[in-house]
Amino acid sequence: MAAVAVTYPRVGWWTGVWLIVRRELRDTFRDWRMIAPIVTLTLIFPVIMTVTARAAQTFVNRFGTPLIGERLIPFLLLIVGFFPISFSLVIALESFVGERERKSLEPLLSTPLTDGQLYVGKTLASLVPALLAAYLGIGVYVLGLFIFRGWFPPPILLTEILLLTTVEGLVMVAGAVVVSTRATSVRASNLLASFIIIPMALLVQGEAIIMFLAVYDVLWYVALGLVVVALILVRMGIGLFNREELLGREIDSISLRGVGRRIKQYWLAAESDRPEQGFWLRRLYERHVPAALRRTRPALGVVVVALLIVGVLTGVAGSRITLPPNVIDLSHLSMTSFAPGTPNLLLPEFSWSAVWWNNIRSLLLALALGMFSFGSIAVVLLMIPIGVMTFVAGLMGGAGYSPIVFLVAFILPHGLLELPAAIIATAGALRIGTAILHRSPDMTMGDRWWLALIDFVKLFVFVVIPVLLAAALLEVYVTPRIVCAVYGCAG
Amino acid sequence: MLRQDLDVIEAERLTKAFGDFVAVHDVSLRVKAGGVLALLGPNGAGKTTTVRMLSGVLVPTSGRACIAGLDVVAHAAEIRGRVGVLSELPGLYLRSTAREYLDFFGAVFGLTREQRRARMTELLAQFEMSDVIDRRLSEFSKGMKQKLALIRTMLHDPEVLLLDEPTSAMDPQSARLVHDALLQLRDQRRSIILCTHNLVEAEMMADDIAIIRRGQIVAEGSAAELKAQLLGRPLMEVRFVSPMNGTLHALSERLEVESHGDDWLRYWSNNPVNDNPRLLHWLSDQKIDVVTLSEVPRSLEEVYLRVVEQSIEPGR
Repeated sequence: MAAVAVTYPRVGWWTGVWLIVRRELRDTFRDWRMIAPIVTLTLIFPVIMTVTARAAQTFVNRFGTPLIGERLIPFLLLIVGFFPISFSLVIALESFVGERERKSLEPLLSTPLTDGQLYVGKTLASLVPALLAAYLGIGVYVLGLFIFRGWFPPPILLTEILLLTTVEGLVMVAGAVVVSTRATSVRASNLLASFIIIPMALLVQGEAIIMFLAVYDVLWYVALGLVVVALILVRMGIGLFNREELLGREIDSISLRGVGRRIKQYWLAAESDRPEQGFWLRRLYERHVPAALRRTRPALGVVVVALLIVGVLTGVAGSRITLPPNVIDLSHLSMTSFAPGTPNLLLPEFSWSAVWWNNIRSLLLALALGMFSFGSIAVVLLMIPIGVMTFVAGLMGGAGYSPIVFLVAFILPHGLLELPAAIIATAGALRIGTAILHRSPDMTMGDRWWLALIDFVKLFVFVVIPVLLAAALLEVYVTPRIVCAVYGCAG
Repeated sequence: MLRQDLDVIEAERLTKAFGDFVAVHDVSLRVKAGGVLALLGPNGAGKTTTVRMLSGVLVPTSGRACIAGLDVVAHAAEIRGRVGVLSELPGLYLRSTAREYLDFFGAVFGLTREQRRARMTELLAQFEMSDVIDRRLSEFSKGMKQKLALIRTMLHDPEVLLLDEPTSAMDPQSARLVHDALLQLRDQRRSIILCTHNLVEAEMMADDIAIIRRGQIVAEGSAAELKAQLLGRPLMEVRFVSPMNGTLHALSERLEVESHGDDWLRYWSNNPVNDNPRLLHWLSDQKIDVVTLSEVPRSLEEVYLRVVEQSIEPGR
């Protein structure tokens, strides 16, 4: 099978992208069901908003609260931009799956266009009309305000709004294209869109609060966060884009047997090279747990580095604060100081069981939140107590106590066990959350996710929970005694 | 340029599994430059999956395939540029006009504006569609859509054409145009795999026929070979100018007679090349005038049904 030297013409990368964008835009602009709402939202809605802003301002002024009216006008600027970009979601949601349903996808996939060209072309084709509509809508609204009220938004605020609108559009489109590549029908794609719509609705509510508080600088951070999310989603989209999946998926059905088989396959992954020998628990600690830890190593590294950074930063920040004398006084400690003053829902009593359960619950909550945030919330939730702890240690330095002694007395006895357990659990959650972002030729996204989840279960059940039990016992029975031994306790 | 004896399409033990389901199993194929292979089989037999693997769209689970010497996995994008794929359904962009549609695909395949215009004009004329070039595709009939999809497939003048049911929705006149086009492509030494349920078409167009069932090739060869292999010896028919009268007995001693009438006779022949001239010679010596001597036509349909029925094994 000797290769024959025949060349064939090939389009440039961006030319290929442009060809897709141009064709898709032509289709979009020929569909009155797309054009009618876009025109309505672009031209009519901003006019309505201008009138609404004026009416609302007049209304609230009657009650002596002009501030609400003043804050409403910039907020509506954001809304006027957001409504048209919601259409990008509709276009993007059906970008791949719609073509698949209309059977026009196979001829497209049979062309020499690369996966990247197809993905970027489809994404831009979904984004461009909606963004143009959004910019036009903002323009009409600003023009209306300028003509009828003589108000023009500060350039910085206008830039922020345009940036936010653009990035929100990109996030929605990138997310919707991911959904569209995975869905088996437009109907399924629309149903899955709630995973995009609900977070975006929450985001707009958050932005509303920021805008009514007029802390406009915070919008930069929101935009930055959205850029990160957009980049993650784009990477995920490119990672998930797969000609084979696009053509092969017909119906997604839940197969409990298939799930069971997969769980078994990955549960036994550590034993694939050697047959099962010896007592199962021994095998588990000898093979499964070390293998799971090895696979979690990169995530462990990330968590440790994040904790070190936050620990150092907050410790330094705490040490720079000088508190008034006697604010921190460790000379009046007693054994009762370790019980919470008022029993609360999270820690009703200072007992080993309450501490143990609280820690387990916290780490499981971090896992749940980490699954929906690419693992980031899980890491942040561990960074917060570490940051608080090192910040307090820093403050101790300013109050005349040794931060090292403070940490050794208050944290070290149980922390030696609790902290590694928490790090392992958090790394497991981070690994699960980011499993969908990696690309590897030998494993599908689903396989990576299942393996990460099963490794988490192994580590959590057989390492974290027992270690946390030991840590809770130390925290309740040993740590207070060491603190008292170091600082002295009354009674 | 391609050497004439090179296998332009070559697949060795190609297998494709989707999870636990094996769609194609150990399929091996060869098509030379200018060769046409008809891939026959019931719905869901694995024809489309085979075509998708050969066109670099699906990655084989095992085995390997080459198009013009290029591996379909390692050079998937390049393969897609060299192959013209006609899918089972035309899958057109219905809001586009024929011109826009073909222009888009021509551009994607790297043709210049002039090349696109020239090819469009040529192919639309060939398929008698020049007058609808600026009509929206939503207004096209099924057959027109299929012809346009075939034009798209041929637009970049590919070395290899993988055609899934190219005439299934066409009227006889349009189907004839397509057949003429395919014959022309064969003359231009293009290699073609034709997936079809139309057995007459397969017999007429293909040099070789492969019958695929449940992902496996269960019979392969030329139409004549398959018929001989599966339907047995050829059945010949000789018609006489006048009734045979007393010669039937003498003929029965020389031939394995299957049936006869007053002025006709059918016989089995192990080797028509030897048997028929000898018979004609004998008849001439006996002063018996012959109107015709021909093979009784046996359809590929019989072969197909026999293969498909034979390959249904209990428990599968």
